Amino acid sequence: MSRPRSQAEYLARLVPPSVAGINRRSLLAGAAGTGALLGTGLLAGCGDDDSGSGGSSKDVTLGSNQSDPKPKDVLAKVTDGFKTSSGVQVATNTVDHNTFQENINNYLQGKPDDVFTWFAGYRMRFFAQKGLASDISDVWGKLSGYSEAFKKASTGDDGKQYFVPATYYPWAVFYRKSVWQQHGYQVPTTLDQFTALGAQMKKDGLTPIAFADKDGWPAMGTFDILNLRINGYQFHVDLMAGKEAWTSDKVKKVFDTWAGLLPLHQPDSLGRTWQEAAQSLQQKKSGMYLLGLFVGQQFSNDEQDDLDFFTFPEIDPAIGAKALDAPIDGYMMARKPKNEDNARKLLEYFGGKAAADINLKNDPAVLVANSGADVGGYTALQKKAAELVGSATEIAQFLDRDTRPDFASTVMIPAIQQFIKNPKDIDGLTSSIENQKKSIFTD
Amino acid sequence: MSDLPLIQADRAVPPPAAATSTGGRRRRLRLLSRTDRVVITLMVLVPLLLVTAFVWLPALATVVLSGTDWDGIGPLNEIDFVGARNYSDVVNIYPPFVPAIQHNLLWLAVLFVVATPFGMFLAVLLDKELRGSRFYQTALYLPVVLSLALIGFVWQLLYSRDQGLINAVFGSNIDWYGDSNVNIWAVMLASGWRHVGYIMLLYLAGLKGVDPSLREAAAVDGASESRTFFRVVFPVLRPINIIVLVVTVIESLRAFDLVWVVNKGRNGLELISALVTQNVVGEASRIGFGSALATIMLVVSLVFITIYLATVMRENRE
Repeated sequence: MSRPRSQAEYLARLVPPSVAGINRRSLLAGAAGTGALLGTGLLAGCGDDDSGSGGSSKDVTLGSNQSDPKPKDVLAKVTDGFKTSSGVQVATNTVDHNTFQENINNYLQGKPDDVFTWFAGYRMRFFAQKGLASDISDVWGKLSGYSEAFKKASTGDDGKQYFVPATYYPWAVFYRKSVWQQHGYQVPTTLDQFTALGAQMKKDGLTPIAFADKDGWPAMGTFDILNLRINGYQFHVDLMAGKEAWTSDKVKKVFDTWAGLLPLHQPDSLGRTWQEAAQSLQQKKSGMYLLGLFVGQQFSNDEQDDLDFFTFPEIDPAIGAKALDAPIDGYMMARKPKNEDNARKLLEYFGGKAAADINLKNDPAVLVANSGADVGGYTALQKKAAELVGSATEIAQFLDRDTRPDFASTVMIPAIQQFIKNPKDIDGLTSSIENQKKSIFTD
Repeated sequence: MSDLPLIQADRAVPPPAAATSTGGRRRRLRLLSRTDRVVITLMVLVPLLLVTAFVWLPALATVVLSGTDWDGIGPLNEIDFVGARNYSDVVNIYPPFVPAIQHNLLWLAVLFVVATPFGMFLAVLLDKELRGSRFYQTALYLPVVLSLALIGFVWQLLYSRDQGLINAVFGSNIDWYGDSNVNIWAVMLASGWRHVGYIMLLYLAGLKGVDPSLREAAAVDGASESRTFFRVVFPVLRPINIIVLVVTVIESLRAFDLVWVVNKGRNGLELISALVTQNVVGEASRIGFGSALATIMLVVSLVFITIYLATVMRENRE
């Protein structure tokens, strides 16, 4: 940005006094604005340097991507709890969520904080394999209250644990009870019922399925759930790992099925954000919406009770409807933590019942991973979501967490958007994905 | 270099004294004192080092990296060279590449044919000292002061399909940002809105500097208003015209912020700069592949830079 700025300033000096007054002042305002923008950028960039400075032996540092006010507040309560119980001060270094995610490579190779927030899935195992995260199997030895599925989701390729799960949220089809009661809709359990329900909603003047993909990732949820229903969990894992061909009939069937459902989806989805789609559900213009539990953020407090969901119906009876996407958020330890003992203690606390209770009490948008937590505080929706995930046979982490991030962001996002634009050319689309996959999954 | 001392002529050592001290082969240099020579050496060396370190080395590194498949992790000595594979991948199997080139050229064409002439036209109008011309100036220049990120947000309020002002007022149902046939034009309108103000300011500054006696002479000769502009004022403004031209080309090659704010340069808004960023910055870290795209962009820019330099140099020779 600096080039036109300075050029403009240079030229402003050439402007005769009659014009200069106003513009120079506004240029200054602009420059101040740029300064402010640069300032925030620098602050975010400098984050890892700050963390190194506060290192007395009683401290431990935590790199956090929880930049939204609410989750940030919850995390502060959890670290306060850790201070009370252990006497160790946690220096939390919060970075904007997207910035944190985008800079993770540089962050982990530079001077990362002792403990940092991250997700379960491919990327977690990748960091473990590259030696950018530390083995915390001994912490797992002291943890209790985790199902086998969570332990598996925390395990690297070498069979050791690298991740402590804290919270998660399931993806499901959400709807408003009042709308469904008014029209007398029933929860569908097969694809045929689901399609018939959509057709009925259309007749009743509703948009059957709210849909948005401007940001590129929400539609991945639809692909995931169709793939899980049609081909099952293991195929999902292998496909995401680059072991299965995208040109196979199995993948084509997923896109075919989706193409059949697209007319029931809200049109023009590529210009809409998920918030806008969720609002169409909230305003009773749409009948249902496949999204994560966070859809509730777009509903006011007194509307929360009106929100309900069902898991995506069965497509192939041999596969069933028991698998789903439920991304897990949690914590990892950097490769060479400055205060390793305290870092392990902190991770143990994060995985324990006390931290889970604090999370549960303060954040209704997520579920806690530790089953030992006092779930009496759950809302009805949270309880139902916890039951759904508890009964799931397999838990997937969502397309962009289950595969290489370069493949997800530079290949799959444009490909899915291309499919939504032109659902007819499935052969061309899948072969394009396969060609790009082969060039990315080389090792 | 001229025969005159370059800096502070009054302090330069007079030629005879210098001749006695070093004894004679290169008379011209002896016009400069030792301090002068140190100063000049520093003035040449420091910028040279800065330009090399911050422009040429990174550019060279980009070109080198474009031949690798580095993912940004691990030491540099583990980088594998893959030859021209990245380039063949870009051209053959990367669907956003061709649209990106087309959009960049379209962007250049629209700025050049529509936005820039319109900005110049507004400058000519404002130069007439209309009533309230300061108000118009401010209004037209305002978008330039706003950051493009903010502009993206402002237009989002207008363009949103479900909640935007345009669809609400006209009762239309156009998906301005989502329909890949429409969104490039919608974004270019927003970008042109800003570009017009910028060009207007540049050109207005130039127009204010034109010697009024030229216009008076043209008027005395009975030339019409438009004839005066095209035959007298426009040729006189040649330096400004070149700046405007260069700014237009730079703006269209740099075009990035707005599409990034709208949808990260996807779905109809592909631009080379956005593709580079998608691949290199962020979690994707396809450093090698992204560098290949960046190198292609560098080559395209070099074409324009060469044309510009050739023009300027020819002018200097004349």
